[in-house]
Amino acid sequence: MLEVTGLHVAYGGIQAVRSITFHVNQGETVALIGANGAGKSSTLKAIARVISAVGGDVHFCGQKIGHLAPHDIIRQGIALVPEGRGVFPRLTVADNLGMGAYIRDDTVNIAVDLEKVYSYFPRLKERAGQLAGTLSGGEQQMLAIGRALMSRPKLLLLDEPSMGLAPIMVQKIFEVVRAVAADGMTTLLIEQNARLALESSQRAYVMESGEISLNGESTALLHDPKVRAAYLGE
Amino acid sequence: MDIFLQQLVNGLVQGSIYALVALGYTMVYGIMGLINFAHGEVVMIGTLVSITVAGTLIDAGMPVALAGLVGLVTAVLSCMALGWSLERVAYRPLRDAPRLTPLITAIGMSIVLQNLAMIVWGRNYLTFPAFLPKLSFEWAGAYFTLVQVLIVLVSALTMAALLFLVYRTKLGMAMRATAQNPAVASLMGVNINRVIAAAFVIGSALGAVAGVMVGSYYEIAHYQMGFMLGLKAFTAAVLGGIGNLAGAMAGGVLLGIIEALGAGYIGDLTGGFLGSHYQDIFAFVVLIGVLMFKPSGLFGEKTGERA
Repeated sequence: MLEVTGLHVAYGGIQAVRSITFHVNQGETVALIGANGAGKSSTLKAIARVISAVGGDVHFCGQKIGHLAPHDIIRQGIALVPEGRGVFPRLTVADNLGMGAYIRDDTVNIAVDLEKVYSYFPRLKERAGQLAGTLSGGEQQMLAIGRALMSRPKLLLLDEPSMGLAPIMVQKIFEVVRAVAADGMTTLLIEQNARLALESSQRAYVMESGEISLNGESTALLHDPKVRAAYLGE
Repeated sequence: MDIFLQQLVNGLVQGSIYALVALGYTMVYGIMGLINFAHGEVVMIGTLVSITVAGTLIDAGMPVALAGLVGLVTAVLSCMALGWSLERVAYRPLRDAPRLTPLITAIGMSIVLQNLAMIVWGRNYLTFPAFLPKLSFEWAGAYFTLVQVLIVLVSALTMAALLFLVYRTKLGMAMRATAQNPAVASLMGVNINRVIAAAFVIGSALGAVAGVMVGSYYEIAHYQMGFMLGLKAFTAAVLGGIGNLAGAMAGGVLLGIIEALGAGYIGDLTGGFLGSHYQDIFAFVVLIGVLMFKPSGLFGEKTGERA
């Protein structure tokens, strides 16, 4: 479904991503793990066109998307939950979710999807009328994921959903990430918490200094001695 | 007491005009953090376009009120086009430049527009055609004219329409989202360029309405009139909390009233040393006071919350 070939991202002279190639199949959850600064987030941002790649191709559902404007990516069916959540602090929770459905006009189905998001995250329903800026970090992460789902994406990109959250909140968020995936959502997950990412995905790629150093089935990587030593703290 | 009420009425009228102009500053600032110092000149061009169009039509024998209406509509359309072009030509290329660059460009555009207006309309004061019958009313010792009543009414309606647009439509929601976090708004599918252009176009349309009001109120216009009007409306926007719509409205009306009362009483207060022609002092005393004691303005959010 998503084919990334030779993707190359640089900031000025600094090479963040050096020609990486990977793919995500329909219905899969794929994790991209690695240390801070390995280039995971840059990869995701380049796919969502938040930043421009220096080289390489990104194909989505057979179409080249590397040249699209950032606001057209979501129309292709790719929704990014950005790093740091990026909720609109002075819009209500309900309006934030409404912004998620900005590209859609099918009022009836939007209402159906809103109920679905509320069933994943009952907390959001309780806080629907509250300004998003008043939510806790974990609730904002729920809102950011819910908002992305409101566009009815074909592919969900998650950028460090566990960042800065209390462990119990991380568990809750990942329960929903797994539930959404189980409902058939294709997901590309970026995560520093390697164990959590590997436990929540079918396949994974390990990034190191802008390159993919390892890849394979998540369960296999969980038992790989190199991965265990470098990323699982064993 | 009667002078108090009279000045309150005058202040409300002047304040409604400030409020409309202040909205143009605050909308653009709210969305992109730019103070568009050329906005006063957009208002001035609105006034001058309406004079030319309405004047020509009246000379051609069109009924005065209808000519005035056509003049208003033409002014609004021309200013929308002007606001759009300003953003496209002067500010969009500087979107990623340091904040000072577009600010200086704005001052430059203000000078360019003034000079263009001088070339087109000349250096002399122009008389604004009287569109409306000179009716006046009296209430509790205060006098007000039909023009004044209409200015307040039309301002109120225009502002209500703007609030509806911003808080009840999809474009409005996109504008608010963009103001809070443009990068994420674009992830949601919002075309940021279009939203920014819309802020300029809408702000300029409000400015044109204000320009026609100024013209019909004072019945005189000049290519430099936008400068002081713009500065005062900017003061009003800062007073209310720049970036905040309700703030611009309240700040505008409040500034108009402060100015009118100040002008009414300055003679008494200074024992006749300063006369009402010193009324401009008050706007700038207010500006300095706000900047010193409450820089975020009456309704302003704490700085730093702007994404």
